[in-house]
Amino acid sequence: MQAFEKVDGLVLPINRPNVDTDAIIPKQYLKSIKRTGFGPNLFDDWRYLDPGEPGQDVSTRRLNMDFIMNKPAYQGAQILLARDNFGCGSSREHAVWALMDYGIRVIIAPSFADIFFNNSFKNGLLLLTFDADVIEAMFNEAETNGGYRMSVDLESSTVTKPGGQQLKFEIDDFRRYRLLNGLDDIDLTLQHAADIKAYEERRRQEAPWLFNANS
Amino acid sequence: MAKTLYDKLWDAHLVRENDDGTSLLYIDRHLVHEVTSPQAFEGLRLANRSPWRVDSVLAVPDHNVPTTDRDGPVADPVSRLQIETLDKNCETFNITEFRMDDIRQGIVHVIGPEQGATLPGMTIVCGDSHTSTHGAFGALAFGIGTSEVEHVLATQCLVMKKSKSMLVSVDGEMGPGVTAKDIVLAIIGEIGTAGGTGYVIEFGGDAIRALSMEGRMTVCNMTIEAGARAGIIAVDDKTIEYFKGRPFAPSGEMLEQAVPVWKSLNSDPDAQFDRVVHLDAAKISPQVTWGTSPDMVVPVNASVPNPDDAQDAVQAISMRNALDYMGLQPGIAIQDIKLDKVFIGSCTNSRIEDLRAAAKVVKGRKVSGDIKLAMVVPGSGLVKQQAEQEGLDQIFVDAGFEWREPGCSMCLAMNADRLSPGERCASTSNRNFEGRQGQGGRTHLVGPEMAAAAAIRGHFVDVRELD
Repeated sequence: MQAFEKVDGLVLPINRPNVDTDAIIPKQYLKSIKRTGFGPNLFDDWRYLDPGEPGQDVSTRRLNMDFIMNKPAYQGAQILLARDNFGCGSSREHAVWALMDYGIRVIIAPSFADIFFNNSFKNGLLLLTFDADVIEAMFNEAETNGGYRMSVDLESSTVTKPGGQQLKFEIDDFRRYRLLNGLDDIDLTLQHAADIKAYEERRRQEAPWLFNANS
Repeated sequence: MAKTLYDKLWDAHLVRENDDGTSLLYIDRHLVHEVTSPQAFEGLRLANRSPWRVDSVLAVPDHNVPTTDRDGPVADPVSRLQIETLDKNCETFNITEFRMDDIRQGIVHVIGPEQGATLPGMTIVCGDSHTSTHGAFGALAFGIGTSEVEHVLATQCLVMKKSKSMLVSVDGEMGPGVTAKDIVLAIIGEIGTAGGTGYVIEFGGDAIRALSMEGRMTVCNMTIEAGARAGIIAVDDKTIEYFKGRPFAPSGEMLEQAVPVWKSLNSDPDAQFDRVVHLDAAKISPQVTWGTSPDMVVPVNASVPNPDDAQDAVQAISMRNALDYMGLQPGIAIQDIKLDKVFIGSCTNSRIEDLRAAAKVVKGRKVSGDIKLAMVVPGSGLVKQQAEQEGLDQIFVDAGFEWREPGCSMCLAMNADRLSPGERCASTSNRNFEGRQGQGGRTHLVGPEMAAAAAIRGHFVDVRELD
């Protein structure tokens, strides 16, 4: 996983609740067997006016200039500002891969869908939640001022707004530690291999039918 | 202390717990399909790891598979590569797989229970959000992402924190013509698509207990559409009866040993939930979604709502976007909405009971001339075979439906089955998101009987009034 320390980045506001993972990366791109290359198709249905297929050169496609992501002032964004329940729907991790491949490192929203939340942390994408009024203020500022930037520091758990105002965010210690160090979850879990084996042995006695599978 | 069913399932699978509540949870069954697994297998290979417990894994291709001709190779080369990659990975790692030409192939959430690979009291994961389906059997079942697929393959565990618990009790008796799909759509309409976020929902009450196992699967399937981590239903005699004679389920002495344990899979009478929601089953009518989120749902005899009546500005924007995308005006009657296509299938509604219910409506009638395509996609090869033995296929074909091979099909339109821009579909699937069934396609979610009735009339109709 990619380690996360600090990002000072441009903010892209997507002003819709319930942005689902089908919208983040449409199904046709899920046929890829790789983890990379999804960035050009992030928000594909909103970003382009014509339909897209995997492997197609996106430079030949017509951009939807009404979509905020295509406006010049928001190019190169690293922080996504979103509404409630961002990332709902399908468990496709391709959504996270697409956001990161495009360059997004932080998403700020009032709430996130559970599976998307887990997928993001597994890849080093930092998700932050704030109260609705804080988010509302950020939307007002980011939508009226193209070029709106914020700075996110994981070590001190703070977001700094352009005026210098600092906001503390909550993140659980284990996730923070893993993100700061870019640690591989599987390695961490395998440190407890003896516990897993002991559990398995006990369960084989208690509930043998669970180990009688595929017969 | 009194325990909820969720407490019992959690405690039985807890390998270890850190001070901050981060836990290792042991996974009994891992279901795998072609779309979310290739990068996980690749990860294992790159790190030189092998699966922890191969016999816990069962794989099947379902998302990409064609529902028409299965004799030749898959026409789309990108889909074909993904399916072949699954075949190859299962071969390399010695994983049981039902390939495309196997009669047992089908939608992963249909075949798990059908084979008895899903069992009460299990923890079950799959790289698919609709894994919540398996909670119908008193199992704790989660959808996970690809990194977690790799994690479970490598360690047999998931790293997670315990969720909060919610009881959704559907009390009383449902009226005639009202189905499990209507119950779950009504629940989502009530609590919203983020109402379950952070929770595991247990469904209870007379109306849930009265449902068949198929109906319970429909309810648990759409738990994810309410944002919950999982949906579960207590084990009863129906649950235990369901597993008799299923190939992967225990039998004989092993079954005798399992049954008392299974019977304990319910919440203690005085167990406490973090939130309790009650719905009156008698007040639930057949439901139809009008928008682009599953909580944008109304009874069939209602009208499309007006954004001016929204609770706040964010909801109003969201409703306007949805109406615009769906090509609908506020105030028009749901029954006046004309349709182009009808899809009966998906992990929500493609089991034998769903097909029987739809066939009952269709029998002796014809699909409306206004409908360009009406299709039935059974959930598995075995469901298809059973339906054909009962003559259901003939009823559908005689009416003008297409009768297809099993797979996810037009629920997510990864294969050739999809809507064209602007086309409107009555669908028994689970998501009405923008572009879900094809770019620009417009999806209305309904139950199987309602979809069948809509196919006959060419527009939505209250199935209870179809003469």
